[in-house]
Amino acid sequence: MGALVYALTALLGAGAAAAGVAGMLGARWALRIDWLVPLGGLELQMDALAGLFVALVGAGAVPVSLYAIGYAGRERRGALAYAVFVAAMLVVPLAANVMTFVLAWELMSLASYVLVLDGARAGREAAASAYAGWVYALMTHAGLACLLAGMLLLTAWTGSPRFADWTAAAPTFGVGARSLVWALLALGFAAKAGGVPLHVWLPLAHPAAPSHVSALMSGVMIKLGVYGLLRASLAWLAPAVPWWGAALLLVGAVSAVVGVLYAIVDRDLKRLLAFSSIDNVGIVLVGTGAALTFAAADLPGLALLALAAAFYHIVNHAAFKSLLFMAAGSVLHGAGTRDMEALGGLIKRQPWTAACFLVGAVAIAGLPPLNGFVSEWLTFQALLQNVLIPQPASNLVFALGIAGLALAAGLAVACFVKAFGITFLALPRSETAASAHEAPVIMRVAMVATAAACAALALGASWVVPALAAVAATLIPGPPPVTVGAWRTLEVSGDFATLSVPAVALALGAGILLPFVALVALRARPRPRRYETWSCGRLLQTARMEYTAIAFADPFTRVFDFFYRPVKRLDIDMHPESRFFVRRIRYENPTRFIVDDWLYAPLGRALRAVARRTAIVQSGSPNLYVAYVLAALLVLLLVA
Amino acid sequence: MDVVLLAVLQAAVVALGAPLMVGTLRTLKARLVGHRGPVPWQPFLDLRKLLAKTPVVSDTTSWIFRATPYVLAGAMLVAALATPLLTSRPPLAFAGIILLMSLFLLGTFFLALAGLDAGSAFGGMGSSREVAVAALAEPTVMLAVFALALRANTTNLGGIVERVSAEPQLAINPAHLLAFVAFFIVMLAETGRLPVDNPATHLELTMIHEAMVLEYSGRHLALVEWASAMKLLVFLSLLANLFFPWGVPAGITPLAMLGGLLALGAKLVVLAGALALLETAIAKLRLFRVPELLAGSFALGVLSVSAVFLLR
Repeated sequence: MGALVYALTALLGAGAAAAGVAGMLGARWALRIDWLVPLGGLELQMDALAGLFVALVGAGAVPVSLYAIGYAGRERRGALAYAVFVAAMLVVPLAANVMTFVLAWELMSLASYVLVLDGARAGREAAASAYAGWVYALMTHAGLACLLAGMLLLTAWTGSPRFADWTAAAPTFGVGARSLVWALLALGFAAKAGGVPLHVWLPLAHPAAPSHVSALMSGVMIKLGVYGLLRASLAWLAPAVPWWGAALLLVGAVSAVVGVLYAIVDRDLKRLLAFSSIDNVGIVLVGTGAALTFAAADLPGLALLALAAAFYHIVNHAAFKSLLFMAAGSVLHGAGTRDMEALGGLIKRQPWTAACFLVGAVAIAGLPPLNGFVSEWLTFQALLQNVLIPQPASNLVFALGIAGLALAAGLAVACFVKAFGITFLALPRSETAASAHEAPVIMRVAMVATAAACAALALGASWVVPALAAVAATLIPGPPPVTVGAWRTLEVSGDFATLSVPAVALALGAGILLPFVALVALRARPRPRRYETWSCGRLLQTARMEYTAIAFADPFTRVFDFFYRPVKRLDIDMHPESRFFVRRIRYENPTRFIVDDWLYAPLGRALRAVARRTAIVQSGSPNLYVAYVLAALLVLLLVA
Repeated sequence: MDVVLLAVLQAAVVALGAPLMVGTLRTLKARLVGHRGPVPWQPFLDLRKLLAKTPVVSDTTSWIFRATPYVLAGAMLVAALATPLLTSRPPLAFAGIILLMSLFLLGTFFLALAGLDAGSAFGGMGSSREVAVAALAEPTVMLAVFALALRANTTNLGGIVERVSAEPQLAINPAHLLAFVAFFIVMLAETGRLPVDNPATHLELTMIHEAMVLEYSGRHLALVEWASAMKLLVFLSLLANLFFPWGVPAGITPLAMLGGLLALGAKLVVLAGALALLETAIAKLRLFRVPELLAGSFALGVLSVSAVFLLR
């Protein structure tokens, strides 16, 4: 039953991907059914931007749905919600009026909320799942409230719920009015995208959901927040006001650094990946913000470059993050835990999963020759050209963005050394990890296909990037920012920067083979002797001697202690007869979340205080309630 | 065809020059403290010895451990082909500095994994520290690149060399000099030199790089040592040719490249002398003081970028 639904969803995804690519290449169509939905009817419209995101959702859903057949195919639970989730995500980019958009958006949120609660219903980590679902519902609806406020303001001003009418009328509004609406919409969309400080739901909800759903939530759903930001800034409220771009750029840089800093200290494999999604959304937001700033400074070529880089990173992140979540799901499936301190040595028990995770890790760490490197490179090339904007304040924002992105890139390398090294290498740290089993064939097929997509997106950069730049050009008209030279070399802004990914891949392959061949030719390859790990003459090696996830992150906890504010708790349990016999030592050094401590905790307290005050009116006496109704009626009559 | 010849030549220069460079550095350091020291070509003898030995591989390790030396050497060879050494048009002429730094990070990534693979605390400790230093050095590199790219209007390595040689006054610009110092500190951190790491020590608890490669032996160790030497050579050549691009020919005629090789050799000897002097004069920093040093170099990078904007 479940398997059938997943197979049908994969078909739906494949069809949508084809339709989306057709839309990117210029197919335009519109669909309007007035009677289906009140207040304006169902209205869909395909254009290049919508095509890109439909293709993204569709192409992402294909391998993930196949994976789900192996992961959860025998359970009926969750299959329908999953199908609704995918379908709703396909409608969001196509929606052409408020009602259609809000319905699809809310359906997407509710379906994913149901899937987040899966753990609670199945009795696994019930409390954690319920809490995650609660925070997710709260944040997503706070975001929806902001979106609705912004959209209703626009509807009131233009007298039309259709997006096309907003685009036509936007230039007639004042800067203040547009900025107000933009701020409301940006809050709503950034909450969905996971921009700091609105990211709090993401590290809770993504690990709680089943792994195939996590893959889609991190790989695809949060990108729809970016879609909304782009639509609002470049169509509904165009032309962009300069501070919008600067704000997005700063939020992006902060998200990138904060996301990866939390990822690096986490010991839960899936939560680490969820935090890393905040980092990657940050990179995308930096590209988007740069595009808006360049567009406002009348540099359309650079705006296109930055936007194409953001699109490229969106596509790449969808590929490697869904790959990583699928591999993490395979670890959970095979070893029964996602706590890295209980994992280890899985490369021997799960060679396929390990190889796929490694590909994803190299890609997300931004290392050549895979796709994460190429899109980060492109983003940097766009940022580095900010000198053409003649305002020192803008240049400063860009310099901060560059430094933040560079720090995030370096930390991401460390983070994924930890994620792969602790989970898959050395000795297993628990019984379950030692007896882990490899994923079923269909899950492996899905992972290998996604890993191949990561390589193809990098090697085919000279085809993908110009196509994405063409999509960007439908939003910001301008000259093509990237040309393709000999050896499929990407040439950015003339000769500002060049890169040929196939040549790098070829050179790397040759460079790796060369020492090997040379050693064979020199006959300098005596057979290695197998022995145990050297460790200062101790008698036997156990997993307790390995470096742990927490220990690996310790240099970062120390260097950034102003950020983590770790709390040290040392608890020594001594023998009652003599304090020289220690029975148990318990050491805890948890990091804290300053956004929670400084923003949400006071906010929650204030909300509760207000709620207590207003609770006075709720006395429980029916007579008083009747009096309220009477008073309300009188007031209404007086006002009318 | 020219490109292939140039690639072979440049790879040979780096492959053979790197051990010689490390040997020269050791000899210079020994002489500075009054020892006779080994001969400059000692690293070649060490490599030959290591290649003849049977490597010992731990039972705990996986294919990652055995593949890493090759990946590392491969990444450093590609880095060597991407650097303007003998001419301003290296074999991989499209390469920019971001590619080069990412290649180094690729090597660090796999080496750090190999450090964890044997399951000993030493390897894990080395890996954790190595990636911490590499991650913290990254923003400085990007800011120094930014300062250079702002002046040259390109991030292409060959392009920067050509632009600075065409306008020699750029080389004495404050932004350029600040970027040089920032980059020099990053070089010390990335190649594991004093005061960040001591390449001569084998005391497990203080070292970074040596702890990470503790499990390697035989040909694997030979490859790792050779790759580390290549990284040092590429970094020093980068400092020499990007910041002082005198005598780097634009053409690839045999005579021009011979001139380029001699100029590079002279600059490297000067830089190696400076490095030997520095390493003799200062002590290793405590591990958790290293971030302060890197923060200092980051501040220099910020100053360098601001100087470009102020002086434009």
